[in-house]
Amino acid sequence: MDIKISVKNLEAFYGKNKVLKNISIDIPRNKVVAIIGPSGCGKSTFLRCLNRMHEVVGGTITGSILVDGEDLTKTDPVLIRKRLGMVFQKPNPFPTMSIFNNVAAGLRFNGVRNKKILAPIVEKSLKQAALWDEVKDNLEDSGVNISGGQQQRLCIARTLAVDPEVILMDEPASALDPISTSKIEELIFELKKNYTIVIVTHNMQQAARVSDFTAFFYMGELIEYDKTTKIFTNPSNKKTEEYVTGRFG
Amino acid sequence: MDNPETQVNIENPNNKSNSLWISLKGQLKKFLSSHNIGDFIFERLTLLFAVLVFLLVILMGYEMYVGSKISIDKFGWSFLTNSVWDPVQEIYGALPIIYGTIVSSFLALVISVPLSIGIAIFLSEVSPDWLEKPLSFLVELLAGIPSVVYGLWGIFVLVPWIRTDVEPFLSEHLGFLPFFRGAPYGFGMLAAVLILAIMILPIVSSISRDILRSVPQSQREAALALGATRWQSTKIVLKDAKSGILGATMLGLGRAVGETMAVTMVIGNRAVISPSLFDPSYTMASVIANEFTEATSEMYLSALIQLALVLFVLTIIINAMAKLLVWSMERKLGTR
Repeated sequence: MDIKISVKNLEAFYGKNKVLKNISIDIPRNKVVAIIGPSGCGKSTFLRCLNRMHEVVGGTITGSILVDGEDLTKTDPVLIRKRLGMVFQKPNPFPTMSIFNNVAAGLRFNGVRNKKILAPIVEKSLKQAALWDEVKDNLEDSGVNISGGQQQRLCIARTLAVDPEVILMDEPASALDPISTSKIEELIFELKKNYTIVIVTHNMQQAARVSDFTAFFYMGELIEYDKTTKIFTNPSNKKTEEYVTGRFG
Repeated sequence: MDNPETQVNIENPNNKSNSLWISLKGQLKKFLSSHNIGDFIFERLTLLFAVLVFLLVILMGYEMYVGSKISIDKFGWSFLTNSVWDPVQEIYGALPIIYGTIVSSFLALVISVPLSIGIAIFLSEVSPDWLEKPLSFLVELLAGIPSVVYGLWGIFVLVPWIRTDVEPFLSEHLGFLPFFRGAPYGFGMLAAVLILAIMILPIVSSISRDILRSVPQSQREAALALGATRWQSTKIVLKDAKSGILGATMLGLGRAVGETMAVTMVIGNRAVISPSLFDPSYTMASVIANEFTEATSEMYLSALIQLALVLFVLTIIINAMAKLLVWSMERKLGTR
């Protein structure tokens, strides 16, 4: 199997409090990996370790995270975040920017200013995020004057515009209505052709629908990691079975 | 609900005044049953208080107008354009005083606002927790120091320093500009500007800090996750906070325009218009504070009250402008 991200002995802390215990996991290229588990199990923290956002809020990590063999923990976080894009739980477009500028924001951070270069990338990203047809006539409108589902797809487009290798999604549909949710799920299905996707979700049906592999986290530990079909039909661990059948969590 | 009118007819078909009374009672009953009496009183009471503030402002404006009637009748608009303020000859032109007020406040803002924004950014975006709290406390402490203490410090520390070091330095190196010419008195526009800048620093920086903090963390994370540097993500936050910081600036301006004691103690108190920052000047608040005890003639008193009226209107204009700016900016951004 072609491994994109290889996490070895990852431990994450908030102060002295250990929130992730000795996680080792391999994430294959161009697949969708779902991270499931009850609240507080460390699944979001794990995701935020991957693009070094965990450190933004004052956390620390030990262990190694290899992307294509390069150790992320020894690289400049700013560079890492261009390679591993992130979509957050709540849509967070920049309210002071137009739709166009929201998508172009990441490129502008990289110093791309020429609108002739930006425009085709913005269009391509919005098309990839299945938002182009809905907003193409009002690209100059504010990024917050569209619906929540559209905002989230705008955030996905914004992430795609930077041309990342991996997309990290932290419960991207949990704040959305069912129709917007299914649009996001279709999108994930499309995106995995070109990107490696790690998605945190508390919705087990969603994990079963969109992912190829599923990792079950519990109390900061990786309990089980396998093909999604195996996790949901025939898990090896008793805790996993209890969780996926809805007996706790 | 029974119709009160049919009730009246049944009870007392002939007695006219009685029927009117009962009809009123019925209407009151109907009104009370559809309104919560507590809420009704609460709403009207709060409305009353709100109207009271409004009335107070109107009343103050009116009183000042009446008090300055003699002076307004005599000088008219020339009060604002004439640059001679001479109580002995009973000629009152407020131009140099208005000039002194506006220039000292504006220059104080020019110095103070960039510093304040820098402080606010450090406190809200950069500083580690253990440093942020004591530093915020110190900044807020500056706001609590009485104006007269600033004035005293100005007289004994700031002014001598300006006289012996700052003004000679400026006239030596920047003396080709008209702003830095003349005798180094110490007392003058420069001292007033510096002391005002220090005095509005805490209010502008602590409000700006609160505004920056109110920008959701998700905005910073959104920027960082796109590969923004810390400075780039701070720029995003600043953009979100722009209108709020503008409001803070306007509050600072309002404070500077009205500041009396400290300015009076260091500005030199002479009603002249001079381009040089070394020269003494005068502000409206200082004139009023200094001269109201000497205002023995009716005309003098009236002119001082007119000066107060001008200051009053000026602060209203500043506040209205602040609101308009914030409002137009919010509309442009499409946020509520």
